[in-house]
Amino acid sequence: MAAATALDSLPAPLRSLRLKTKQQELLLRVSALALIYVLAFVVRLFSVLRYESMIHEFDPYFNYRTTLFLSDHGFSEFWNWFDFESWYPLGRVVGGTLFPGLMVTAALLHRLLRALSLAVHIREVCVLTAPFFAANTTLVAYAFGREIWDSGAGLVAAALIAVCPGYISRSVAGSYDNEGVAIFALLLTFYLFVRAVNTGSLAWSLASAFGYFYMVSAWGGYVFIINLLPLYVLVLLVTGRYSQRLYVAYNSTYVLGMLLAMQIRFVGFQHVQSGEHMAAMGVFFLLQVFFFLDWVKYLLNDAKLFKSFLRITLTCVITVGTLALGIGTASGYISPWTGRFYSLLDPTYAKDHIPIIASVSEHQPTAWSSFMFDFHILLFLFPAGLYFCFKRLSDATIFIVMYGLTSMYFAGVMVRLILVAAPAVCLISAIAASATIKNLTTLIRTKSKSPQTVSGKSSGSKAAAKGAVDQSLPFQQNVAIALLLGAFYLLSRYAVHCTWVTSEAYSSPSIVLAARGHNGGRVIFDDYREAYYWLRQNTPSDAKIMSWWDYGYQITAMGNRTVIVDNNTWNNTHIATVGRAMSSYEDEAYEIMQSLDVNYVLVVFGGVTGYSSDDINKFLWMVRIGGGVFPVIKEPDYLVNGEYRVDKGAAPKMLNCLMYKLCYYRFGELTTEYGKPPGYDRVRGVEIGNKDIKLEYLEEAFTTSNWIVRIYKVKPPKNRS
Amino acid sequence: MAPSLSTAVSSLLLLLLLAAAISVSSSPPMPEDSIRVISAEKRIDLTSPIVKVFLTLKLENDATAPEASQVLLAFTPTEVEHLAIVKATRAEGKRKKKIYVPLSVKASDLAAAPNGARLYSILLSTPLKPAEVTTLEVFYALTHSLEPFPAEITQSDPQLVYYRDSAVLLSPYHVLEQVTYIKMPSNRVESFTRVDPTSRAGNEVKYGAYNNQLPNSYVPILVHYENNRPFAVVEEFVRKVEISHWGNVQITEQYKLKHGGAQHKGVFSRLEYQSRPSISGVPSFKNLLARLPPRVHSVYYRDEIGNISSSHLRSDSHKSELEIEPRYPLFGGWHCTFTIGYGLPLQDFLFESDDGRRYINLTFGCPLLDTVVDDLTIKVVLPEGSTSPQAVVPFLTEQYLETSYSYLDVVGRTTVVLKKRNVVGEHNVPFQVYYEFNPIFMLAEPLMLISAVFLFFVACIAYLHMDLSIGKS
Repeated sequence: MAAATALDSLPAPLRSLRLKTKQQELLLRVSALALIYVLAFVVRLFSVLRYESMIHEFDPYFNYRTTLFLSDHGFSEFWNWFDFESWYPLGRVVGGTLFPGLMVTAALLHRLLRALSLAVHIREVCVLTAPFFAANTTLVAYAFGREIWDSGAGLVAAALIAVCPGYISRSVAGSYDNEGVAIFALLLTFYLFVRAVNTGSLAWSLASAFGYFYMVSAWGGYVFIINLLPLYVLVLLVTGRYSQRLYVAYNSTYVLGMLLAMQIRFVGFQHVQSGEHMAAMGVFFLLQVFFFLDWVKYLLNDAKLFKSFLRITLTCVITVGTLALGIGTASGYISPWTGRFYSLLDPTYAKDHIPIIASVSEHQPTAWSSFMFDFHILLFLFPAGLYFCFKRLSDATIFIVMYGLTSMYFAGVMVRLILVAAPAVCLISAIAASATIKNLTTLIRTKSKSPQTVSGKSSGSKAAAKGAVDQSLPFQQNVAIALLLGAFYLLSRYAVHCTWVTSEAYSSPSIVLAARGHNGGRVIFDDYREAYYWLRQNTPSDAKIMSWWDYGYQITAMGNRTVIVDNNTWNNTHIATVGRAMSSYEDEAYEIMQSLDVNYVLVVFGGVTGYSSDDINKFLWMVRIGGGVFPVIKEPDYLVNGEYRVDKGAAPKMLNCLMYKLCYYRFGELTTEYGKPPGYDRVRGVEIGNKDIKLEYLEEAFTTSNWIVRIYKVKPPKNRS
Repeated sequence: MAPSLSTAVSSLLLLLLLAAAISVSSSPPMPEDSIRVISAEKRIDLTSPIVKVFLTLKLENDATAPEASQVLLAFTPTEVEHLAIVKATRAEGKRKKKIYVPLSVKASDLAAAPNGARLYSILLSTPLKPAEVTTLEVFYALTHSLEPFPAEITQSDPQLVYYRDSAVLLSPYHVLEQVTYIKMPSNRVESFTRVDPTSRAGNEVKYGAYNNQLPNSYVPILVHYENNRPFAVVEEFVRKVEISHWGNVQITEQYKLKHGGAQHKGVFSRLEYQSRPSISGVPSFKNLLARLPPRVHSVYYRDEIGNISSSHLRSDSHKSELEIEPRYPLFGGWHCTFTIGYGLPLQDFLFESDDGRRYINLTFGCPLLDTVVDDLTIKVVLPEGSTSPQAVVPFLTEQYLETSYSYLDVVGRTTVVLKKRNVVGEHNVPFQVYYEFNPIFMLAEPLMLISAVFLFFVACIAYLHMDLSIGKS
């Protein structure tokens, strides 16, 4: 106010520069949003500052490789790309087995920057794609928050999601994965759909369909959308909230979205044939029936007649529907649910039936600690937000409640799906935070009796009335101030926690390992790239590398060599063959390797450095997956009394299988730790059981400086005498 | 060893006879026939992968002959193929005031030498008068002239190489007296051809003195010795120099490196390599030293898959030394590629010449010490808008112009490309690129950015004041 009075004394021309309250609010809102946008981008750059501008983890390397191919060869060749470098000798139809959204996005961004004559490398574009889309997500979150509650909640939602660790974990710079753009697409589709339901406008519905198309092109998680939307429609129908707006929104989104989604080769006719998509189709028909009945009811204008008509129609529809579904399923026209889908509904399913899904650490059920780690105070704000939503039920809040509850369930089933829950949790928590703070500030303001400070929009008549009633309560203002301070304290803790988590936990590229040295300095283990670059430079260009599937994408992308299996685990038998080779004796393994034309075998071994996610620790999964297809491999052969050991007491088969030999070859002569016998494995903390390993069919070709990656050459077969 | 030595000796005799026969039968008239070499000393330095030869020639012009303006050197066809550089100086003045005047050397087009030998002529600054005696110091370097034998070695073997040359000086002139010294890195010498008188002292073998050799005599010798120095060969080297008149010279160097010694065969055992460094992988190398200009900043060292974290930069006011370690130690036949980039302050390198043109003064060649560069390309990217570029290099290079595009370029930048094959450390001499540049072009890119931001704001203002709805709702 002081500033305003100072302005009043200014000459007239300058006075016209003074902003109106509405303009002030707009300026504040836009600058807050701009700051949030920048923050969301910048907070994800820790990994670039700590390490370098590089692609992280496993899958992003495949995405990077395909993006390179796309930008080099053009879309048509990319779409028809048959990759000979993976899944030898089968190969892979890359164009038909991937979601191209991410690669096309990055390639287009790259082309755009090039057109603006900014000479950036495609790698930089790929590295920064995820942070860029995360920043865009904050804008969508703001719009979504405004749609379901008010612009204050929108701003809080944008701020919360900008730094939410659950989302950051998959969108730091360098984590060039589908999820990076998919969460943006997911939230955008939901926002546009809610907007369409709220307005009943065809334009918004079509926009939502296009959002859905982008989502389908980017990530397999689109199945969540195509099941949540019908569920939402069903709930609205049941709660009697059916409206013309809903009818327009759902039908146009579904029909157009379906047609568009079928253009993606990887989805194709699955969208109308597979079990996962049936719910959407069912609800589509149900809506037509509902609409029809509504119309008939209007025409008949007779309750009794309508009731009998309803009975007949419903019976007919249900019979026809069940028959169609039954015949479709029985004839195989409608494919059953996939294993991944089952394992979402039944968390124990994968463990019993599909070891390859269960073996991935990010498919494990979520621990409480990781919920706390990824959501922090949002975990407490979430129920409060639900309370506020139920208090002010509308079509939009029902949607966000359903999104929040279902995604929370999925987040509990699989660690990686915390990501899907993150936007919902942020939005609902934002409602809680925004509504609480607004109530508290209203209380304080009405007490201090300065009505002109209350901006027109934020002080609802309800709050004012409440303030008038509450004036009788003692210490109200003090309590409100205390609560407000508490809320600010919580929010600031959240900010601190998020920054800390991002910098400490989620910014490691996992290709380069960093540890603290004896003198406190940082020690870098760059063994993966050392090995991959060695492969790239010093092996024949048609060499075939056998390794466990985890490293497949990295070997093809960084080593530029053909692999037998990779992270696209589409062929279980092929992976099981590799698992079988790794768990067989050397001579048996040699036959398998010969049949697959393997030239080099790559194993990852952490016994020297204490790097625990190495192949010896993954070995039981190789045995299980191998044994799942080839019953010769039996898990108990590798265990002693159900215990997995590598020391003297280990099972004889374990001590002589290929994986053990390759990891521990000549390790028995090495002293790893002072005061421990030679051959002391620092991961398992034991002295190894077989120190005298002789290799007959393989020879050591390369071992990295910290022994993390070891590469062996398969000797050519002996001459027949 | 015995059979190879005997074959060497027999082939030696044959060649000798052949050379003698040819020199007798068809000694063609030579313009400088009158010159005689009174004494010649040839010192061959075999300690590094690059063969360095220092020749001291004491020449005399015949009393009856005309003035001689050039002196010829002869090289065998294999030597010509691997010849990286030839330099000659002439000693002038008496004892105390002796100075060495550099002379220019060029490939001679005289096809007069037998057996395909090629002649190089040293152009004398002052012609050699009749009966005058002068001393020439010649230096030349040969690359890829040490042949590993055995060609494949295991991790624990040392690297043995062959060197082939002639005991006597191959010269188109009559040589009265001559000695050859061959210096090796250690006294581990497997064998050497004897052409009496031949003697060996420690790591040095002496051939000669030989008297009264006819023109074009050649006595092949073969030395087999241990050389574990890093055989670092840069197969392709591309240096890009980008000049910004805002104060920076950005240099990006791409290397395609190879260990050019005996091929590694069989096992590579990290255990052996780590625990017994003195006997395991001796011919391999794991680091290289690059000598960069002083005041270098923002140095990076990376390859196609990212940064290479092992490098150290030491800099003082005279030079900067960058010690780089490839991702893995290089054994015989192993490759690796990498990129080094750095920035330099513009004022150290850009000058204005008397005629108003600007020129940039840079060092030719590769900054890595003791390496051979097979194929060298230097691209000098001049700022956008510069015209009439001209490169001044003290030796013969292939030159052409191209256009390259970088940030915010509209018409592209003129780029001077220099190419040379077979480059060694002696090529690291300054060269200049002259060009004309109008400073007004410096403002083009900032103005573009400013106008883009301005247009953005104008667009925002226009959008806020526009009403795009069709009907009033």
